[in-house]
Amino acid sequence: MDFQSCVNIKKEWDIVGARQLGRDIARKIGFGTVDQARIATAISELARNIYLYAGTGKICFEAIEDMNHKGLRIVAMDDGPGIKELSQVMEDGFSTSGGLGAGLPGVKRLMDDFDIQSEDGKGTEIKAVKWLR
Amino acid sequence: MSTLKLDLENYKELMQQYIETQDEQALYQAEQFSKHSMQQNISPEEIINVHVQSLQHLYPDMPEHIRSSLDFLLETMISYGLAYQEYQSLRERQLELKSEISVAANMQKTLLATEKPEIDGLDVGAISIPAKQMNGDYYHFVKDDSGALGVAIADVVGKGVPAALCMSMIKYSMDSFPENRMDPGVILGSLNRVVERNVDSSMFITMFYGLYNINNHTFRFSSAGHEPGYYYDSRQDHFEEIDASGLVLGVSPEATYEQCTKEVHVGDMIIMLTDGVTECRQGDRFIEEDEVLEIIKQYAHLPAQETVEHVYKHFERLQDFQLRDDFTLIILKRKV
Repeated sequence: MDFQSCVNIKKEWDIVGARQLGRDIARKIGFGTVDQARIATAISELARNIYLYAGTGKICFEAIEDMNHKGLRIVAMDDGPGIKELSQVMEDGFSTSGGLGAGLPGVKRLMDDFDIQSEDGKGTEIKAVKWLR
Repeated sequence: MSTLKLDLENYKELMQQYIETQDEQALYQAEQFSKHSMQQNISPEEIINVHVQSLQHLYPDMPEHIRSSLDFLLETMISYGLAYQEYQSLRERQLELKSEISVAANMQKTLLATEKPEIDGLDVGAISIPAKQMNGDYYHFVKDDSGALGVAIADVVGKGVPAALCMSMIKYSMDSFPENRMDPGVILGSLNRVVERNVDSSMFITMFYGLYNINNHTFRFSSAGHEPGYYYDSRQDHFEEIDASGLVLGVSPEATYEQCTKEVHVGDMIIMLTDGVTECRQGDRFIEEDEVLEIIKQYAHLPAQETVEHVYKHFERLQDFQLRDDFTLIILKRKV
């Protein structure tokens, strides 16, 4: 399996489209119901961040495979204002979700690997991977 | 009762048992199961997943719409699971902070330690108890070259860690003053400049500074906006307020401090305190000044240290053992 697909995020409705595509790919890879739901929630968070703070961006999905297992990589990209205080944003209880457990720390919990790069004024790129167990 | 495992088999059996018998035993086991799951950091969505799978095993012909509704339920539980995990990590963080603060509080105790002086003819009692872990009150004794005893009692407006940090600074400034220059008014003037230069303008410190002259038994004092002290006249069995005018520390660099003098007779007491004493509350009611003095008088026949301890215990009990503000009380009693 080696395909990549992207969803552009411009309006709130696109969040649903990203969830749908991400879930379909996750199902094809073989993820169970719980993991599908977690992946969809992570996609929601990433897409909503783009919609709220960057305006536009895109979310891409990639089925990946290493020696032992298969996985799904989600890449969220935008050219928005970027995040100045990364360590603050990754802190529990800081996010604008107001202690609802979501935000970027939530994405990190929902997924297995998480990486974020952001430059002030140049946008943000977040990569998150869920491995099939 | 056998130890429970979070696995499909176990849940399935418990559920089946309950469906067949509707008995309390199975429900009790369900409770154990959920507690055990929480210990293992199992999220609610995983429990629902186990539930769905158990149902499917037990009822292979489960209608599709029921199955879909359960998937829907699972989806709605994801955010609860996340919030729960966040709560767990915040709780751990809180425990860490608590232990850090208790280390800091111990350090503060060492930093601010002052030795209660032994002076012939003068009985000294002092107690200072923080409302939370860190103390925003402070008292300090120092003997000068001539044998006079300097006593400082101070209160930072505010509580907790910032107040405690501020107090450490006050203590070190006082330590650096030359020992032969202990006029209360001068000391408060110098401290005022230190505080004004170094402390955030939103933080205020009040201080009462007294100097007890052992040779002629006079007490000279100045106050930087501090709670007034009391003088107990034993011959007339009467308390009077002792206060001197002066601004709280840190407001204006030009503040000056009035200095007053009081002659002290045998058996008389000087009482210095912070507002944690005078603003004790019983329920919603602030206690009256007279009540404080009444209690002090009740224990005045004891050695000064026992007096202050009994007074503290009285008000601690009155407030259901939960101080609302740091409590500091010092008593000097002339013996001979």
